This record gives sequence, structure tokens and C-alpha cells, in this order.
Amino acid sequence: MSEYLILIYTDEARFPEPVGDEVDPSFLKFMSDNQHVLLGGAGLQRTGTATTVRRDGDGSFAVTDGAFAETKEALGGYFLIDVPDLDAAISVARQIPQPWGGGVEVRPLRVRS
Amino acid sequence: MPTRAEVAAAVAEAHRAEWGFVLASTLRFAASIDEAEDAVQDAYVRALAAWESTGIPARPGAWLTTTARRRLLDARRRDATAARHLPELVGQDDPGPEPVDPSDGPWGSDSPADDRLRLIFTCCHPALAPEARAALTLRLLCGLTTAEIARCFLVSEPTMAARITRAKKKIAQARIPYRVPSIDELPERLETVLDVVHMIFTVGHTAPAGEDLVRADLMERAHETARLLHRLLPEEPGPAGLLALIVLTDARRAARLGADGAFIPLEDQDRALWDRRAMREGTALAKEALRRRPLSRFALMAAIAAVHDEGSSWEATDWREIVGLYDVLLGLWPSPVVALNRAVAVGFADGPAAGLAAMARLEFEPQLARYGYLAAARADFLRRIGRLDEARIAYEEALVLTDNEVERAYLERRLGGG
Repeated sequence: MSEYLILIYTDEARFPEPVGDEVDPSFLKFMSDNQHVLLGGAGLQRTGTATTVRRDGDGSFAVTDGAFAETKEALGGYFLIDVPDLDAAISVARQIPQPWGGGVEVRPLRVRS
Repeated sequence: MPTRAEVAAAVAEAHRAEWGFVLASTLRFAASIDEAEDAVQDAYVRALAAWESTGIPARPGAWLTTTARRRLLDARRRDATAARHLPELVGQDDPGPEPVDPSDGPWGSDSPADDRLRLIFTCCHPALAPEARAALTLRLLCGLTTAEIARCFLVSEPTMAARITRAKKKIAQARIPYRVPSIDELPERLETVLDVVHMIFTVGHTAPAGEDLVRADLMERAHETARLLHRLLPEEPGPAGLLALIVLTDARRAARLGADGAFIPLEDQDRALWDRRAMREGTALAKEALRRRPLSRFALMAAIAAVHDEGSSWEATDWREIVGLYDVLLGLWPSPVVALNRAVAVGFADGPAAGLAAMARLEFEPQLARYGYLAAARADFLRRIGRLDEARIAYEEALVLTDNEVERAYLERRLGGG
């Protein structure tokens, strides 16, 4: 079996501000359909809450407001899954609800802490 | 016993005809593509010496497969011995690749043809970059060297080597499976495979660069692969359509070049040189493909080729029928290249002015910006209605956009009024 991270990207301007720890019902269904392969997952606060910390060449840190990369579609959440191969990972990725459009990226894990 | 030259010829022939078969059946027992490639390469090298003393085997492919597999097993055994002595150096958690169950996939048999099918579906996996799919297929299924593949795609050898290495790495690290897709994934996955086989055929039919118009070896590989796909997936519309298209197009091969090596356009070809038997086979295949649903774009392209082949002369060609087929194709496959071919057909059905008008709408298509056939087709119609100065400019534009010497010679001849 292999582990993959599914990164979910969405255009934040297109969906309503989430309230508390409320999860969209479509995600609840996805999670129950795929519970046998899900190792974990999370929905993130909006990119407006993000802080980027970069180490400069001289060893000091630059702390800046905002996401690492300013893109129209930003990372909004992830799932960690354990499946036999990429085809299986893609078939899980296809079931991820995307009520506000966007896309997901599937990446194999190299090591895990 | 055979002479050294006879053995060398037999090994070369086995390389041409059986590389994909040997590699595909070896890959099932290997931990990685590189390991399989090394073992197969080694088997071919061993064949040179072995066949000189034992004679050329009746089934060279089987001999090579057995030899390659044995080499893999030997290496595995050596590794196992090393692992016993050096347990701390071997990853404890990594049991190596799981053995692939040969009954995987919808066909469930263990025939070598299925191995080749597995191989081509892996090479053409949609998770690989499109330009890498064709390169991997040519390398692993057809046994071309990196240098040869680089020449086909007009890139430098280091660029192509990097592209192939990157794709192999992705197969290993992202775990792209060595498997024929399940029935429900098949239609979509088959599409990328057919695209690659069609691309290999197209590159062979009109080489993008070089002194030869045709790369017969590439056409033959594409032809064999399409035939294999059709034999293994007889119910699918795509493989039948693609095979029909290839057979019908290839039937005109002997008429495309003059005795002096010059390119002869369809209009001026000696139709007596067309291969009638191939045309009958291709037409039957096209009819079969057109009956299947969903309708494949290759079936429609084959139908267009069949209408060309049916015409007893260029003038007798049913252009109206061809335009109609292009309309259906354009609905199914809205590509600017199809739109250009349709515009050319309109030019022959309704006159050059109508063709030029249809083409004018395509001038600003970004996908056609570097496509020499748009300029060449425009030049041809401008010449036919006597707008010679404009035709000259269009021929010059087309010349800039082709690197194939035979095509260049043809355009230069036209430019010179020939």
C-alpha cells in the first residue's frame, strides 16, 4: 500500500465564509464512503489567516502576512489516504466534492513522521 | 551452425519484432522499468554469443524472455544473499514491489499480448506528460533508442533522456500500476493510448524533419500496435477505427513518392499503385468501426480516408461526402486541424474561393500558428485562382514552417511554378 496526500484547491472568492467547525454535508458523505482508506484530513482557515515564514540567506527569518504563493485557487484542505497505487488514489480524488469548483492535486508521500 | 552475420541479423530482427514482447513479459517480474530494460538488453547481448553455438532458436522472443527473466532472478538471489549479510543496510519496511497478479485486469489471461497491453497502458497513463507518453511507448514497446526518439520529436538527446527519466521516476514514485485498466476506466484510458499510436503513425507518415518523408519503421510499429489493440479489444470502437485509418492511409504509401524521391500529393498520385487488398481490409474495418458506439473520431477519419480511396480519380472524389464527414468529426472533435482539413475539402467541393473563406477564419488560431499546412493549403488555393503573388508569399511561409527536406523540395517546386 502507498500513501498519498490529496491537496484540495479552491477559489476562495467563490464560496461562503465557513462558520466554526461546520463541515459541508458533501464532505461528510465522501469521508464515510472512503473511511477504509482515509488516514486523516483537515479543512483549513482561509488564506487571509496564513503567515509565511522564510529563512533568509543570512539565517534570519522573514515573517510575512499571506499564503506562500498568491494564486487564484488556494490550498483549502487535504486528505491523507492509503491505497494500492496511483489509479486507486485518482479514483478517491475524483470523489472529492468540489461544490465551488477548483481541483485537487495527488502527491505520493516520500516519508512520514 | 549459423555464421556470425546470420546471428547478428537474427538478433537485429528479434530486436525489431520482439522487443516490446520481451520487455513487457519481463517487466512483470522486475522491481523497476530500468531493471527490466537492463535485463532485456543483457539478454540480447547474450543471444549474440549463445545463438552462434546453439543455433538460432525457433522462437527467439521466448528464448530472450526466459534469459532476461533468469537474469532478474539471479540478481534477486544475489540481493537476497547480500540482505542476509547486511540486514542493517536494507530497508526493513520495504518488502519490494508486490508481485503482480497476472489475472489482474478484465481479460484475466496470462498471454504475452496482455503483457504488451499492460505496458502500453502504463506508458500512456494520463498522469504522465503527453510528450512523455509517446516517448516511453517508443522506447519500451518499440525498442527505439533515446537518440532515435529525440530525432522523431525534434528535441536534443539530453532533453529527451531527461524527459524519459522523469517519466520513469514518476511511474516508480507515484506508483503508476502495471495493469490494464478496469472496464469502467477503459474508454477514457484507451483514448490516450490511441492518441499516442496515432501520433507515432503520423510522425512516421510525414517525418517532421530530415531527408526522408516517411519513417517506415514508425509506421509499422504504429500499425502493429493498432492491430494488437484491435485484436485484444475487438468490441471497442477506437482501436477498430484507428486500425482502419492506418491501413487505408498506408495503402497509398507506394504512390506518395516518385522514382526521384519527390513527394507526390494525393491529387497527382498514380492510383494504380495503391494497395487494393489493404484498401478492402481498411474499408471493411472502417465500416465495422462506424457501427460501434460511442462513435470514435478515428472511425470518422477512416471513413474520410475510405472516400478518398474509393474515388477512381481526384476529380471523381465525392467532396460533398467528405465535407459532411468532417462536419460530424468537428462536432465530435473540435480541433483547429480538423477545421483546416474541412476547409480544404470545402475548397474542392465549392471552389477555391469558398475554401479560402473557410480558411480565413482559422488564421488566428494559436494552435495553427506554427502549422505549415495552413499556409501550404492557402498557397495551393491562391495558385488555383491565379492570385500568384499572394500564393508565393504563402508558399514562402509554409517553407519556413517545415524541416522535412522532401516537403521543402515540393514547396520549392510549387514556388517556382512547377
